[in-house]
Amino acid sequence: MSALLELTGVEKSFGSAPVLRGVDLELDEHEVVCLIGASGSGKSTLLRCINALEPIDRGTIRLDGAAIAGRGVDLNRLRREVGIVFQSFNLFPHMSVLRNVTLAPREALGMSKADAVARARPLLERIGLWDKRDAYPDRLSGGQQQRVAIVRALAMQPKLMLLDEVTSALDPELVAEVLEIVRELAAEGMTMLIATHEMSFARDIAHRVCFLDAGQILEQGPPEQIFTAPQHPRTAAFLRRVIAAGRL
Amino acid sequence: MDRILAQFFDWELIAESLPGVLRGFRTNLTLMVVAELCVLVWALVLALLRGLPGRAAAPLRWFAIGYIDFFRGLPALVVIYLVGFGLPQTGVAPFSEMSLYQLAVVALTLVYGAYVAEVYRAGIESVHWSQTAASRSLGLSSTKTMRFVVLPQAVRRVIPPLLNDFIGLQKDTALVGIIGVAEGFRRAQIFAGSRFNASSYVGLALCFVVITIPLARFTDYLIRRDQQRTLAAG
Repeated sequence: MSALLELTGVEKSFGSAPVLRGVDLELDEHEVVCLIGASGSGKSTLLRCINALEPIDRGTIRLDGAAIAGRGVDLNRLRREVGIVFQSFNLFPHMSVLRNVTLAPREALGMSKADAVARARPLLERIGLWDKRDAYPDRLSGGQQQRVAIVRALAMQPKLMLLDEVTSALDPELVAEVLEIVRELAAEGMTMLIATHEMSFARDIAHRVCFLDAGQILEQGPPEQIFTAPQHPRTAAFLRRVIAAGRL
Repeated sequence: MDRILAQFFDWELIAESLPGVLRGFRTNLTLMVVAELCVLVWALVLALLRGLPGRAAAPLRWFAIGYIDFFRGLPALVVIYLVGFGLPQTGVAPFSEMSLYQLAVVALTLVYGAYVAEVYRAGIESVHWSQTAASRSLGLSSTKTMRFVVLPQAVRRVIPPLLNDFIGLQKDTALVGIIGVAEGFRRAQIFAGSRFNASSYVGLALCFVVITIPLARFTDYLIRRDQQRTLAAG
């Protein structure tokens, strides 16, 4: 079986600064892969490229065997199949929680209001925020906002979810409630590519961990191997810094 | 001192001229409302054209930029003359059939459309790109992203500066008297000319101030409310 997501030789520069320098990566269906690496190593850019929020300079990205980068690709269709959750939530502040979740099903998939609400309801109930459906995002805690953002992406029933440091903007006591949702999604078999600084979480949840350094995947493997016996000296150095900072 | 008071504040003359001036001022008010609605639509078109992405849309962008630069550089009075006296004489439909009132609306829309387009643009640009990213990542097209995500937030933010421009528009309705629209200023002028006394102007001035000052206070109130909301959120 071919991979759900397949990246080969992906390169991306901002001006003259290379951010991705030939990334190869494969994700099988139901696989959870965590991207670790220092800030600026290209984790976020990689996710944004997969969702075509950034055009890539070279290389190919395939979803379900079909090229999704380059000319003639229906980006809107691609994005309906790949959900992304951002570090800063990016909920629409002028819309209620329910409208945030139903906007894309209604306007991108053309669902009726009743159908979209029927789809949103179990999702919001699941994160315990159905009662807050009429509230605006600024009335919610950061953790609640991020859970709504996850549900908003799930409402499109994507094949693949990209999570871009979804807990980095949260107060420490709110991190757990967001990670819990992600854990549940993983248990249900959602395919996910997760950029994270939460090493213990990555160790817990990932089938595979990729260490990204200066725009390249230097090392990848099962979490136990990466975290306990890293092969590459840069990986080892990064993990030592993380441990020194008390994050593992 | 008495002579100054008599020249400007002859209350009997103000009272005598006021019914006529008020009838004219009604024209200013409807002109303001009609022109404002036209401006809101036309300026939005300009702002959206100016913000169109892609190489194919470049001529439309250039048109919008050229238009905005040009009409912001022209005195409103000149545009009113050009439209009011020039356009009908070209014999080109629909302008040859237009009333002076309609031509006045066209002139004010042309001028204020350029200002308000820039206000819209500032609003659109003030919406953080992450909002666009979130919307596009959900599969919404750029048009729908503009319509549902960016514009509603942009418009909310620019309501105070929009009101500011409308105070300006409100005042400039007094300029269209020069092409013969029987608005308040024109009527005050006729009255003043027959009595050699400026009190009718003062009556008109009071009319304007009664409308614009509350509008200015309301604008201030909205700005303050926005600031407090931002503080509360931050």
